[in-house]
Amino acid sequence: MASTASLAAPTAPLVTYLNHQHGVASWLLTKDHKRIGLMYMVVVTFAFFLGGIFASMIRLELATPAGDLLSADTYNKMFTMHGVAMVFFVLIPAVPAILGNFVLPLMLGAKDVAFPKLNLLSWYIFVIGFLFTVYAMVAGGVDTGWTFYTPYSSRASNANVMMTGIGVFITGFSSILTGLNFMVTIHRMRAPGLTWFRLPLFVWAVYATSLVQILGTPVIAITVLALAIERGLHFGIFDPALGGDPVLFQHMFWFYSHPAVYIMILPPMGAISEVIAAFSRKSVFGYSFVAFSSLAIAIFGFLVWAHHMFVAGISVYSALVFSFLTYAVAIPSAVKVFNWAATMYKGAIWLKAPMIWAICFLGLFLVGGLTGLFTAALGVDVHIHDTYFVVAHFHFIMVGGAIMGYFAGLHYWWPKITGRMYSDIWAKVAAVIVFAGFNLTFGPQFILGYLGMPRRYHVYPEEFQVLNVLSSAGASILGVGYMLVAIYLLASLFKGERVGANPWYATGLEWTTQSPPLPHNFEVQPIVTHEAYEYTRREVTVG
Amino acid sequence: MAVHGDHGAHAHHPDLQHHFDTLGQQHEAATLGMWLFLITEVMFFGGLFLAYMLYRIWYPRAWSEASLELNVLLGGTNTIVLIGSSLTMALAVRAAQTGLRKQTVVWLLLTMALGLTFLVIKYFEYAEKFEHHHVPGFDFHFPGPDAGPAQIYFSLYFLMTGLHATHMVIGFGLLSVITWMAARGRFSPAWYTPVEMSGLYWHFVDIVWIFLFPLLYLVDRAHHFA
Amino acid sequence: MAGHVSPKSTYYAIFGALMVLTVVTIYVAYQPLGSWNFPVAISIAITKATLVILFFMHAKYSSRLTKLFVGTAFFFLFIMLTLTMTDNLSRGLKTYQGGAGGAGYGQRDAAESAPAPKAPEGTPAH
Repeated sequence: MASTASLAAPTAPLVTYLNHQHGVASWLLTKDHKRIGLMYMVVVTFAFFLGGIFASMIRLELATPAGDLLSADTYNKMFTMHGVAMVFFVLIPAVPAILGNFVLPLMLGAKDVAFPKLNLLSWYIFVIGFLFTVYAMVAGGVDTGWTFYTPYSSRASNANVMMTGIGVFITGFSSILTGLNFMVTIHRMRAPGLTWFRLPLFVWAVYATSLVQILGTPVIAITVLALAIERGLHFGIFDPALGGDPVLFQHMFWFYSHPAVYIMILPPMGAISEVIAAFSRKSVFGYSFVAFSSLAIAIFGFLVWAHHMFVAGISVYSALVFSFLTYAVAIPSAVKVFNWAATMYKGAIWLKAPMIWAICFLGLFLVGGLTGLFTAALGVDVHIHDTYFVVAHFHFIMVGGAIMGYFAGLHYWWPKITGRMYSDIWAKVAAVIVFAGFNLTFGPQFILGYLGMPRRYHVYPEEFQVLNVLSSAGASILGVGYMLVAIYLLASLFKGERVGANPWYATGLEWTTQSPPLPHNFEVQPIVTHEAYEYTRREVTVG
Repeated sequence: MAVHGDHGAHAHHPDLQHHFDTLGQQHEAATLGMWLFLITEVMFFGGLFLAYMLYRIWYPRAWSEASLELNVLLGGTNTIVLIGSSLTMALAVRAAQTGLRKQTVVWLLLTMALGLTFLVIKYFEYAEKFEHHHVPGFDFHFPGPDAGPAQIYFSLYFLMTGLHATHMVIGFGLLSVITWMAARGRFSPAWYTPVEMSGLYWHFVDIVWIFLFPLLYLVDRAHHFA
Repeated sequence: MAGHVSPKSTYYAIFGALMVLTVVTIYVAYQPLGSWNFPVAISIAITKATLVILFFMHAKYSSRLTKLFVGTAFFFLFIMLTLTMTDNLSRGLKTYQGGAGGAGYGQRDAAESAPAPKAPEGTPAH
């Protein structure tokens, strides 16, 4: 399929979605999915920074065995707010709301998402929820853990639980509406000829994610609402003194929060599919397997939530059922990893920055996923639950997986979004620093957890200090790496080389239009006549 | 998708949004979107149904005693009122589909009137609860050894019916806007999507009540457990 | 663009059916059917909901995708309810000879029905 836009960098200034309208109002009242994606990026980046500060406080405290930097209460607030900020305001929205918003309509050959005004509303809802939560943080913070377990959160703790709950409740609607928008867009706004099995795998991933957002998020909404009302009006559905079941809260909470982790990982996996295909110059191996595995993860992901509750007091028979189901959900993820590796095998590997991030993803996600199998085993989890082993496991997935995947996608689509290329060298350096820092931070935590160090404590026995110091040192390196990413990406906006429509010579409709794209994306409605990832048969025409 | 600058070549229906190609596509998108939203509502209420079900199994006697305090006459009347409002809503959509402006407005107003009736009856039910000290957190008192689980029952009663009533109030607001638009002649057989979407929402609210009524009012009227 | 237009008679007929079912559900609720009261009441409610969905909400005349969406909602609700039940209904089931009895079906009501100490019921490990 020939590109209709020039591959060469533009010689005359283009009309783009960035410059066709000016002024704050043109951004705050925009209905353009591309601008909305950028607006999400601003808020999410700020939330990431905020969550990072809380993480720094945690690692600083844990550099010494004694609780010398923060009191226990303050420390509890630190890990709570770190979790709340990262889970709800970074990981959940990052790839779908930023990259998904920007790229999805382009990939589909559409002018926008199905409901552009709703899309803008989603952003406002997101911001309002974030403001409520930040207010709660500033007002003194919450110390229940991001998991808000009752009865501590419903009967004790402090008043900020309600405020944070309201913030999370509101933000949930942003996630729901985004998922709704994406699903309808994918169903009804694909370009002529773009059948389901010609879709890029990123679209399958986003679709599966949207399914989870639609089905799961309302449950945490009602959970948090019930908690807030229980606190505020002294209702009693979780109160053991009345015969209530605090574990009911956990069931309701985790019914969403487990599938939530698939909201966090599926879109980055989709981005990885795109990057690996483009930089192996090869079609993704086993396309339909990868596509269906996204759906399988989304659906199976709803069947495993109580593996977070193995030691909470649920029945052992139930625990066995959930343990078994948890192994089932690991299978589609493994399918993806095998297929990505098979894609690279005998491909023409082009080691540009996005590919470096993607390869880092593969290694770290693999470790994270495998350690998930450890925790999925009921007998093992009884020992490692609530230890640093679990902390390391989910950080390998969430940071080593989701954030790395986000960065891979960000570095891949950055030239499309901005029309500029960043420094490839610095990007690779940053990737290596982040990779090293990450492993140093979370690798020792597997050992710490295995040795028995519990999570959510600001003190620990002296024999754990060496590993903790290594972890804290790693965290500072990780921080440097992230700072570096921010710097060279920002610098590229001013000094980056301008690029044409398709700097990576990749397939996909988004690469057939100019960089940055037109306000309405395409000059002429694209019509699709070929499969996705036709790297071997495709000819790139210049000019 | 027309090439830009081509507006004169085919007349846009004024309600066709620019990112859609045809009114048909736009209507299908709206329908899908509304159904997806209703799916989220099913899961939203679903969490409360989960809690209800768990505790009903654990405390059948408390559930029986507490439910017997509810007024079946009022609840039954409300059920009939709400199902009636679903009928009038369906007829309103049909009137809009067939281009009957005045009928659309009349059926919509009837729907709103019935909805308001429901809320008024609910108000009296709630007031009675306060009088009998059956409102958790507001001087709750329930005789007998099952006071604790009974308080859970009433917590769920207020959560479920309160959430339902909130949805009705929102629906009422929605219908006001739609009725005003219909009166202004905004709808036609070519484009009546907002009426249809409001209808879907309203019917959903009715369905929730169809479940709430037996689950809350008819737990054990035959006095099997208490 | 017009979707399927149902005749008014269809709507009135469905309304009639819903009224009948409402009366039936109230009537049956007062009959002593023991544990059958609940399944009967729920079945009637499901029937009523189905009629509303199919005819008032036009699901019968909608695309297959719409029907799939409707089914999906109830399927996942069903998952949420039943999988949670695997926990709550099986807590404290006998796991060894002479172990503590179940705290599942209706045995948590206060006073006379609970012979064994009440706290901490459920988990054998405690």
